Amino acid sequence: MSSIKQVINEAVEKDYTAEQREILNPYSKKGLLPEQVRQPNPIRLRDLIRQIRSAKTAAEERSVVNKECAAIRLTFREEDSVWRCRNVAKLLYIHMLGYPAHFGQMECLKLIASPRFTDKRIGYLGAMLLLDERQDVHLLITNSLKNDLKSPTQFVQGLALCTLAAIASPEMARDLADEVERLLKSSNAYIRKKAAICAVRIMSKVPELLEMFLPATRNLLSEKNHGVLITGITLITSMCVQSPDTLDHFKKTVGNLVRILKNLVMAGYSPEHDVQGVSDPFLQVKVLKLLRILGRGDGQASETMNDILAQVATNTEATKNVGNAILYETVLSIMDIQSETGLRVLAVNILGRFLLNVDKNIKYVALHTLLKVVHQDNQAVQRHRTTILECLKDADITIRRRAMELCFALINPSNVRTMMKELISFLETAETEFKAVCSSKCVTAAEQFSPNTRWHIDTLLKVIIAAGNSVPDDVVACTIQLIAESGEAEQQYAVAELWQRLSAAPLDTQPLLQVATWVCGEFANFLSLVGGGVSEGEVVAVYQRILWSSQCSAVTKQYAITSSMKLASRMPGTNSLVAQMVSAYGSHLNVELQQRGVEYTQLFTRYDSMRGPLLERMPPFERSRLRVSQDAAAANAAAAAAAAPLANGLHNNNNNDAVAAVQAPSQSDSNALLDLLGGLDDSANDVPVQVKSAPLPPAGTGSLNSDILDLLGGLGGGGGGDSGGTLISRTVNNGGILDTGLGSASNNLLDDLLNNSSSNLNNSTLANNTINSTNSLPVSTLPSSDEYGSLTIYERNNLRLVMTFQRQDSLTTITLTATNSSTSCNITDFLFQAAVPKSLQLQLLTPSSTSLAPAASLTQFIRVNNPNKAVLRMKLRLSWFADGVKIEDQNEVNNFPPALWQY
Amino acid sequence: MQFMLLFSRQGKLRLQKWYVAHPDKAKKKITRELITTILARKPKMSSFLEWRDLKIVYKRYASLYFCCAIDQEDNELLTLEVIHRYVELLDKYFGSVCELDIIFNFEKAYFMLDELVVGGEVCETSKKNVLKAIAAQDLLQEDEEEEEALYYGGLYWKSF
Repeated sequence: MSSIKQVINEAVEKDYTAEQREILNPYSKKGLLPEQVRQPNPIRLRDLIRQIRSAKTAAEERSVVNKECAAIRLTFREEDSVWRCRNVAKLLYIHMLGYPAHFGQMECLKLIASPRFTDKRIGYLGAMLLLDERQDVHLLITNSLKNDLKSPTQFVQGLALCTLAAIASPEMARDLADEVERLLKSSNAYIRKKAAICAVRIMSKVPELLEMFLPATRNLLSEKNHGVLITGITLITSMCVQSPDTLDHFKKTVGNLVRILKNLVMAGYSPEHDVQGVSDPFLQVKVLKLLRILGRGDGQASETMNDILAQVATNTEATKNVGNAILYETVLSIMDIQSETGLRVLAVNILGRFLLNVDKNIKYVALHTLLKVVHQDNQAVQRHRTTILECLKDADITIRRRAMELCFALINPSNVRTMMKELISFLETAETEFKAVCSSKCVTAAEQFSPNTRWHIDTLLKVIIAAGNSVPDDVVACTIQLIAESGEAEQQYAVAELWQRLSAAPLDTQPLLQVATWVCGEFANFLSLVGGGVSEGEVVAVYQRILWSSQCSAVTKQYAITSSMKLASRMPGTNSLVAQMVSAYGSHLNVELQQRGVEYTQLFTRYDSMRGPLLERMPPFERSRLRVSQDAAAANAAAAAAAAPLANGLHNNNNNDAVAAVQAPSQSDSNALLDLLGGLDDSANDVPVQVKSAPLPPAGTGSLNSDILDLLGGLGGGGGGDSGGTLISRTVNNGGILDTGLGSASNNLLDDLLNNSSSNLNNSTLANNTINSTNSLPVSTLPSSDEYGSLTIYERNNLRLVMTFQRQDSLTTITLTATNSSTSCNITDFLFQAAVPKSLQLQLLTPSSTSLAPAASLTQFIRVNNPNKAVLRMKLRLSWFADGVKIEDQNEVNNFPPALWQY
Repeated sequence: MQFMLLFSRQGKLRLQKWYVAHPDKAKKKITRELITTILARKPKMSSFLEWRDLKIVYKRYASLYFCCAIDQEDNELLTLEVIHRYVELLDKYFGSVCELDIIFNFEKAYFMLDELVVGGEVCETSKKNVLKAIAAQDLLQEDEEEEEALYYGGLYWKSF
């Protein structure tokens, strides 16, 4: 027979070589129309694959594929059923290469409907590959599936079940559940096992169909056929996971499951299911998993399975992956159910043995599992600490990551010293991706378990040195905080340590330099006690090195320049040199640094008398105040007190009250608040032009903060920059006279000065009002024309939107004024979106604010370019939060004044 | 199991089987991402990856990578056994299977997988049974084709 096949095969191949096909190809340049050509037999799949593989370039491949796709499409269009199967098969190959093949979907369905098994086989394969549950052709396939599920041929039924299990949508699941349930009771094991998986899929799509399969499922556990047994257990498992009632129902099967497992473990060698000396590991793992689910939180069920779990744990051969797969599953079950203590220790010991395995996979699994159980059985896991520490040195990065996480989970007061030592040496050699997270975790662990401050300081410094530039900002802040609040002896020690680093360190590790400059500046008085005493000249030389280095980041220089100010006040001998350095920065390219330079120069010249008190030592920061949100009123007062002097002080340099307010921080009362308003009024009066011409805040800003900050920004010259910071942080950055350079942790700097720990201003109504009163400024200064009148485009939900217009040739500028017309409701996160017809161009500028207090308004400029004089229409989408409740609305505006485009 | 991919050392996809619905675009993206990640891994690394909320288990056989995505609670060591079982089956079926066998007979490789894993779950643990089912279906196909070949005198030889 096979020789006949071969002969015919060769004949076909000879008859239609690729060359011949080329000539007759309907899309070749010969210009023949498809209708006029009698199609040759399409090339075989094998030949197509060969052709595609022989393509030398991607373009060549594409052209082969495109040509073939065109030919396939043509035959599809001709409803040629003879070559459909071959064509779909080719299309599936083309699809795998990443080319679109969805035009083959319908052909798959046609193949499925064919009576030929070959057609069905390819048709179902195509259906699984080309359709998934999102396709709308499902109605069509459902009918075919229904027919085939009733087929007398088991393999046709099998194909249908397999397809249903892979792509069933909820509708299909509903329509075909009856059939599947019937097949679940079939006498044919081949059908039964596939039906069971289908049932799993159907239940996951339509959970209420669970009940329907329940009766048939019970019998599946008494099967002899492993295929049915494993799928039956899969079905029960998914039922138990899905419904707690069913879980209770299947509790009584624990005995059966234990027996099944016992048979597998105890039975002798059975060649059919043996995998390297283990009897059906696939089934064993499924049983173990179901036992885990049934035994979880159930003492009685747990007891029933205790013995068999112990048996599996002790009797399973651990030299091969397959045995370890079972042991792994057993350990998970033991740790999850209410097992005896002895058994749990046995389980953790299995994991300990896993750790020593040379197989990376087993090691990985062990670490992964230990990480899960470490919180339940810390003592048992502690016993394997040395092995786990060894894994830190493993060549595989995934294993190192797990080991690191586990090490941190294992740290306790008694082992913190040794663990930390290992972790820091790990940190030294670790990949960059580890360094940030590892150093943060080190800091947390040190904080939690440090035996004494000296050790704590030492550890943090080691972490910063080991992690180099990967140290996150919070670690820098924490270290500074720790040193600031420790005793004098420790501070002195820290200064000595850090001075050594500072004077010798290369200039490319920023975090270390930041901590070192901060500490050496703040506690410069201890410098004279370091070693034989550090001379003033030496200190200045080091600072100069940092400040002039091109390797140091701007932030580090900010630390250094502020630190040098502190230094000057602590070591008077350095005054002139520091003054020189600082004044040089008055023309630095970096705006922040330049500002510092100018400000500090002022402190050396005009306000020299204030310099001393201003640069007093910082009071130790309060702990963990980061992101503490406090009552709004307190926040207001604090912010007002903080912002006012700065606004005043910066704007009117002759206003001494500002500095006074800072010197007496406790006066954060309503006077200060008035100061703020006054200050802002001043600035507003003076600088409307600035406000108008200042660049609009970057898109996406618009928290109320940015408005105040824009005002300040206009003054301070730092208006661009980052957005969305809290008011305080921006204020500090802009008017950083007092910023001692805490970097990102400086959010609370002013709080610290004010002995007030509030920091979050976001919802302060007072600030809102302030903003709104200032907001009206740029609007009123803008020349507006009444020529086109105003148009109220929206008035609902306590929000009124009014537009006024200005036109210059084809460009119309629309001023949108949004007013909060309620008396009590605060609007936040106001978002205005608009769309115009295609021939027009629309540009939405950033609104003056995104928040509206009662009766307040905001403005937003909209530019419309209308070169074709088209009728102006606009679709709007609005969204905002009214007292925290999200409101969304849409509107269409068709009544723009015609004068806007008729000119 | 959520999906299975076979790809070559050159990063060419050889087989893809999805048990969870994704739009075509997403499938392509996932495939590309995983192929690049896995090919970049060194041989001494473990066979497991954490990727999004899935666990990826992969193993290389000669020039082919077999890669499965499984759920968090699934057993990755056993998944290696499933992959191995599949390779064994292909090997028995093709006789010393190589990448070319899978390229030119990809549909057969799919049929084999469908007998071992249905809807993402192992449904047959006996190699013998899988091979028996495949052989029976191939026979069904051959009978059909031979019958037609004789009938049409070879003109409409339809094997692909």
